[in-house]
Amino acid sequence: MKRIVTATVINQSGVLNRITGLMTKRQFNIESITVGHTETEGISKMTFVVNVEGDGKIEQLIKQLNKQVDVLKVSDITDQAIVVRELALIKVVSNAQVRSELSGIIEPFRASIIDVSRENLTVQVTGDSDKIEAIIDLLRPYGIKEMVRTGITAFPRGSQRSVTDLKQYSILN
Amino acid sequence: MRAKARNEAEAVTTEMTGADILIDSLKKENVEVLFGYPGGAVLSIYDALYRSPIKHILSKHEQGSIHAAEGYARVSGKPGVVIATSGPGATNLVTGITDAMMDSLPIVIFTGQVASNVIGTDAFQEADVMGITSPITKHNFQVRDVKDLPRIIKEAFHIASTGRPGPVLVDIPKDVSNMKMVPGDECKVNLPGYQPTFSPNVLQIKKLADAIGTAKKPVILAGAGVLHANAGKELRAFSERHEIPVVNTLLGLGSYPGKHPLFLGMGGMHGTYTANMALYECDLLISIGARFDDRLTGNLDHFARHATVAHIDVDPAEIGKNIPTQIPIVSDAREALISLLDTETRTPETEEWRKQLAQKNEDYPLWYKSNTEEFLPQRVIELVHKHTKGDAIITTDVGQHQMWAAQYYSFADPNKWVTSGGLGTMGFGFPAAIGAQLAFPDQTVVSITGDGGFQMTLQELSVLQELNLPVKIVIVNNQSLGMVRQWQAAFYEQRYSQSLIPVQPDFVKLGEAYGIKAYQVHTEEEAEAVFSEAFAHRDPVLIDCRVSGTENVYPMIAPGKGLHEMIGVKP
Repeated sequence: MKRIVTATVINQSGVLNRITGLMTKRQFNIESITVGHTETEGISKMTFVVNVEGDGKIEQLIKQLNKQVDVLKVSDITDQAIVVRELALIKVVSNAQVRSELSGIIEPFRASIIDVSRENLTVQVTGDSDKIEAIIDLLRPYGIKEMVRTGITAFPRGSQRSVTDLKQYSILN
Repeated sequence: MRAKARNEAEAVTTEMTGADILIDSLKKENVEVLFGYPGGAVLSIYDALYRSPIKHILSKHEQGSIHAAEGYARVSGKPGVVIATSGPGATNLVTGITDAMMDSLPIVIFTGQVASNVIGTDAFQEADVMGITSPITKHNFQVRDVKDLPRIIKEAFHIASTGRPGPVLVDIPKDVSNMKMVPGDECKVNLPGYQPTFSPNVLQIKKLADAIGTAKKPVILAGAGVLHANAGKELRAFSERHEIPVVNTLLGLGSYPGKHPLFLGMGGMHGTYTANMALYECDLLISIGARFDDRLTGNLDHFARHATVAHIDVDPAEIGKNIPTQIPIVSDAREALISLLDTETRTPETEEWRKQLAQKNEDYPLWYKSNTEEFLPQRVIELVHKHTKGDAIITTDVGQHQMWAAQYYSFADPNKWVTSGGLGTMGFGFPAAIGAQLAFPDQTVVSITGDGGFQMTLQELSVLQELNLPVKIVIVNNQSLGMVRQWQAAFYEQRYSQSLIPVQPDFVKLGEAYGIKAYQVHTEEEAEAVFSEAFAHRDPVLIDCRVSGTENVYPMIAPGKGLHEMIGVKP
């Protein structure tokens, strides 16, 4: 199952190495990682999408991450109300004839065209992974020349729906 | 003018180099002895050491330094401190660092590094020590600025010795140890991401107390966490109060008196039948400071499957890792036991259970061939026990001699058993004995080793020679890699591939080459005579015991089998 895990870390050299290293060592499949600064200087936040089998495995991952000296906080936010965003840049083959047709596809996704050349144009789309998959599917028939994705970044929404059976993994009893 | 000049002069005198700060910090941490080997990138550090009274033990290979530090840490509970140079010096430590990580030993390692301005250029003797040691340390630091050095050293000792202990490495570029600074005020540890839980959650303790009250077949599994927490006394009080039998893990031996009526012996692959059946049949398993290693549990499907599992561990990541746990208690072992002793608990009725176990112990004791002319390795261990009155510090490598030592040297007290458990490192025991002897110069330290493992680190004999350390080396020499041979016999149709080693050095001459008294014994009678002499004086000695080459370690749980499927339980 796919889980979204965030880790707040001290921005030290080697922290990313330690974290990816422990994931490799314990055979966790990382689908994506994003890292960036937070509102606090010297503190970064990582968002992982990992593929794990079973609750035991994700619990173990969170505990192992928590053990790292430079890691301040780890949360599995998959089951919370969260805002999830990913950005993709897609270069699509297009000549003048299909350009307006493409615009018609892009618009409902609130994606934008950020570069145009004679043979192709570049689409920028942000959203959750499903939305990005959907636009990719629609653009594929036109010929995708190149594509890059950032991987998702996420955090909990300002207000959580009242759910009582949230799965909590904590180092405390 | 004059006042200004004087101020400047004072400022100059208080300025210190990184190397001086390092040595000064070690003094503040009450480090008595360093294990190390000099080299280009640590020249300044060794120069500062030259002016310092701290004792430095020069090994003959960095692996010898770190295993000695591990032995020192294991018996003293204090961090073992290692210094090595950059590149090969650091990479030679890798086995020992991993060993300390697996067996949770507090070790602080200082490695030199090439100068900051050439890091990353494949400079002479450069290695990516941070990258190499990240997965095998509890934490590692590279010092970028000498101003950070005092704080980093303090943090390194703090991390290594608190919570679940482990190795911490500090990589110091050459220019940083030369850099000068005026030491400031006492620095503080600043580790917001490192706050190990020390005291147990009261509700969980209550839950365990309730479970104890209703248990019919409770058993305690005590591991090295009990030793690290110094909780032997509390463990004994707790088990005696509720009459709960105790099983030790390999590394936990000594945390409970070996001859105690409630003691069932070691559990696991070569544990006692009684201990394993207790783990198999119990209805309440109280694991304290043990991590359910596969060599202990056997096939997980058959491990304590009818039991409520309570797991006390200072490392939350160990709880639920291998065994589903109903009562998790994150805590220092001693704190948890004190809390349990303070909690009102109904003493369970375990008489029937203890009777069953006593019967098993009577029916299936540890055994070896009795009517034979051969010199048996098990007898060597028993003789060592006899001549040291069961009171020596024993170190081993990994393999048959290790298992026999665990089975037949009954440990009465904590912190007398030094063995490579998790990593299973050949060549560990002899240098570890050197470290243990330095921690306790007045105690008898015996390095029980195999002919294979001893040859991996025998160069450290020169340390015995130099310091005249009275370590007693007992080589259980079966002229083979015994455990490999045993598995080849059992699982590879006796194809002894590369495990029989009939050609060996003359260990007696070897010992003598290092100025150490050495003997070779072929029979029990010869051993008796040599042992009584060897253990009577305070000099190093090497005894090559030529034992039977065909003995196997029994009883045994074959790989993939459950605790209840032990083989070789009877002659």
